[in-house]
Amino acid sequence: MRSIRLEPRAEQSLLASFLVSGSAILLTLLAGSMLFVFYGKSPVAGFHAFFVEPLQTQYGIGEVLLKMTPLLLIAQGLAIGFRARIWNIGAEGQLILGAIAAGTVAIWFETSDSLFLLPGMIIVGALAGMAWAGIAAWLRVTFNANEILVTFMLSNIALQLLYYLVTGPLRDPQGFNFPQSVTFSDAAMFSILLEDTRVSTALIIALVASIAAWIFVRRSMLGYQLIVGGLAPAAAQYAGFSAKRTIWISLLIGGAAAGIAGVGEVSGPLGMLQRNISPGYGYAAIIVAFLGALHPIGIIFSSALMALIYVGGDYARLSIGLPSAVTTIFQGMLLTFYLASSLLLSYKIRFSDPRVAIQRSPAS
Amino acid sequence: MNDSSQTPLLKLSGITKVYPSVVANDGVDLEVSAGEIHAVLGENGAGKSTLMKIIYGVSEPDAGTIHWRGDELSIRSPAHARSLGIGMVFQHFSLFETLTVVENVSLAVPGSLPELSKNIEEAAERFGLMVNPQARVQSLTVGERQRVEILRCILQKPELLVLDEPTSVLPPSGIEQLFKTLKMLAREGYGIIFISHKLDEIRALCDTATILRQGKVTGRVDPKEETNASLTQLMVGRDVEEVRAARATEPGDELLQVVNVNYRPNDPFASSLEQVNLSLRAGEILGIAGVSGNGQQILAKLLAGEVQLPAIDGEILLKGRSIGGDGVISRRQSGLQYIPEERLGRGAVPGMSLAHNGLLTGHLAGLSAKGFISFSGIRNFATSAIDDFDVRCGGHSSEAHSLSGGNLQKFIVGREINLEPEVLIVAQPTWGVDVGAAAAIRKRLLALRDAGVAILVISEELSELFEVCDRLQVMFRGQMSQSVDAVDTDRNRIGLAMTGEFSALGEHKIESVVAHA
Repeated sequence: MRSIRLEPRAEQSLLASFLVSGSAILLTLLAGSMLFVFYGKSPVAGFHAFFVEPLQTQYGIGEVLLKMTPLLLIAQGLAIGFRARIWNIGAEGQLILGAIAAGTVAIWFETSDSLFLLPGMIIVGALAGMAWAGIAAWLRVTFNANEILVTFMLSNIALQLLYYLVTGPLRDPQGFNFPQSVTFSDAAMFSILLEDTRVSTALIIALVASIAAWIFVRRSMLGYQLIVGGLAPAAAQYAGFSAKRTIWISLLIGGAAAGIAGVGEVSGPLGMLQRNISPGYGYAAIIVAFLGALHPIGIIFSSALMALIYVGGDYARLSIGLPSAVTTIFQGMLLTFYLASSLLLSYKIRFSDPRVAIQRSPAS
Repeated sequence: MNDSSQTPLLKLSGITKVYPSVVANDGVDLEVSAGEIHAVLGENGAGKSTLMKIIYGVSEPDAGTIHWRGDELSIRSPAHARSLGIGMVFQHFSLFETLTVVENVSLAVPGSLPELSKNIEEAAERFGLMVNPQARVQSLTVGERQRVEILRCILQKPELLVLDEPTSVLPPSGIEQLFKTLKMLAREGYGIIFISHKLDEIRALCDTATILRQGKVTGRVDPKEETNASLTQLMVGRDVEEVRAARATEPGDELLQVVNVNYRPNDPFASSLEQVNLSLRAGEILGIAGVSGNGQQILAKLLAGEVQLPAIDGEILLKGRSIGGDGVISRRQSGLQYIPEERLGRGAVPGMSLAHNGLLTGHLAGLSAKGFISFSGIRNFATSAIDDFDVRCGGHSSEAHSLSGGNLQKFIVGREINLEPEVLIVAQPTWGVDVGAAAAIRKRLLALRDAGVAILVISEELSELFEVCDRLQVMFRGQMSQSVDAVDTDRNRIGLAMTGEFSALGEHKIESVVAHA
């Protein structure tokens, strides 16, 4: 009689983390092909539209890199907090605040052509994202308010604030009452990185941030303290690493990254403030962070994949007529299968026949 | 139990278990009959815990057979083991911290909560395992948690009871009580496997002893006919030298003082401190005796700085300077180092390498510059602690949880000593540590004392306290007795004081703060 059992793992290796991500992707593709069949499309055509067509043209690749930029930046910031077990799920709101703050600067200096305008906007955007996340940090250290709920609710407030601003104070007076601001001046915009695409130099910021995150996690004393706080809170207390500081730093780093990502959107593809700034980058980045095993290098790959799903969804709608919700479904499946597979992080599956197991040679 | 007198209750033959880095069990045979108290002896890392995990269905052996009441079978899981009638009290506790004692018990034992509370109280009374069924486990000390583990096991009415170092957290009277209980259970036909490092106990209690060394059985003896020396010989394969406490130098300056500390922790089940006073000089070892749960834990946290002492609640002085409000790192920078009672999860991060665990407190010793970690620095720092204390592991890259309890403790002690403390606070320095390692740690503490370090040892083991300490104070329900010289007292008087009879210590020395001027 064979039986299947779950055995706790002695060690949680990085390799296992990547295996979990790999199996989540594989299961998503499997379930995705069933989804295509359900819509009466051939899975081959579906995957071709989703994952091949975007990569066949320079423009398509550009779109993937464009969407990868905010995902990569936000996920790097969130992963640092997640390793310390601080669950900032409100990056969407921090992104919006960064966009609002930087946008306000751009509108204020509408006619400026200063070289310092964009750098100033990046700094203001980062500070705004930090401030928004800082509210959650302050509530957590002062009242022990759960940061998951606070950051999430702050995202909804941020969205309403944006709606108010673009229909009121920041609306373009000559804009025929459309809920959007004036178009930013060139000095307020990132320059284009690749010709004939919309990819901006914000991608370089995201890549530099990835290297910085890698150094921070691996080499810095502060990064070490955050990881200890996440792995063994009692050990952090014993060593005198402040739990409050861990909360502050985790949330502030995540907020700064999301805020800069917001600047990248309004000063990049959008060029103005409007109602729709992000198609849920702040939420998708949570999946990206975990799918990348919270590892700065892994996150580069997972953000590229997530960006491909965003772009592939558009292609699939155009070329084979799938509904646009397919993108959201793919994201949802990735998260679900990731959570299911992560059981394998702490447990391994063993197929065993008890009697055979007893007589197995010790050399195994 | 009619047939079982002929067939052994449990029979293991040729059990072998191989882990990637080590052969934990190598052809181990073990037989336990009903009514027998069987000791399993061995150093840390000798393979005792692995063997127990196999008996309890946590691990599968790679080779060998298991017979339960004469039938060959495999023990598939702890639930299976329990259904067979095997009960286990682990060395590392398996309790849910956020649940109460009775809720924890109810997860393993059927019955309503009020019913179980009553059963717990009865069993606690009968076996001298005092614990409040309504207390939350997180508020309990290590000692109290072990009592809950033992109670939970007994309430499941097993046929074979496996106890992993059960006496290490009990007071002398409690050990006597437990032994009475175990002997009674054995007379009623239960089989008992008893794991302990304490040779006196094994000789007093057990009928048979199986001795393990490096995964192999090195002896099967009647412990009553052996001496401590002969048992040690079988365990470690060499003689262990006796540690002597004779003080070489006169103590120097007062380095650490606790003056009239009254402290009430937030947790309603934790002990409060009442009028606690102590004074510690350079070049002496002061022992704090007492059963776990009488305020030692909060005292250690207050001294180490994990909990800050409000000025209104008393004063803590380090080298004459008031430090009650300082944090851990500032106290460590002032020369006060601390070795906590829990190793895994507090003294060390389980999933991190020893190199990174060295950094936990070693970052104060120049292992990071301008906020960046020096990799060669942390490797050297960890390696020197490993070499210094003969820590058995795969080097500085081994993860902390892959080490046995004793080896991890040696690493932590080595790490803290590497930081060159002026004042060292040690909680339960050799709890669960094998004889050889315990002797090495104690010897090191004495050497540090002779080099002028002021050492505070918080321990429940009287023999340990008498081995290393120059002076002793006893804690009971948050109160601290006066200080007595170790040479002026004896185990009986300290044991009595541990139950609250401070008068047993005699009147010849009055207040600790002034007594040793």
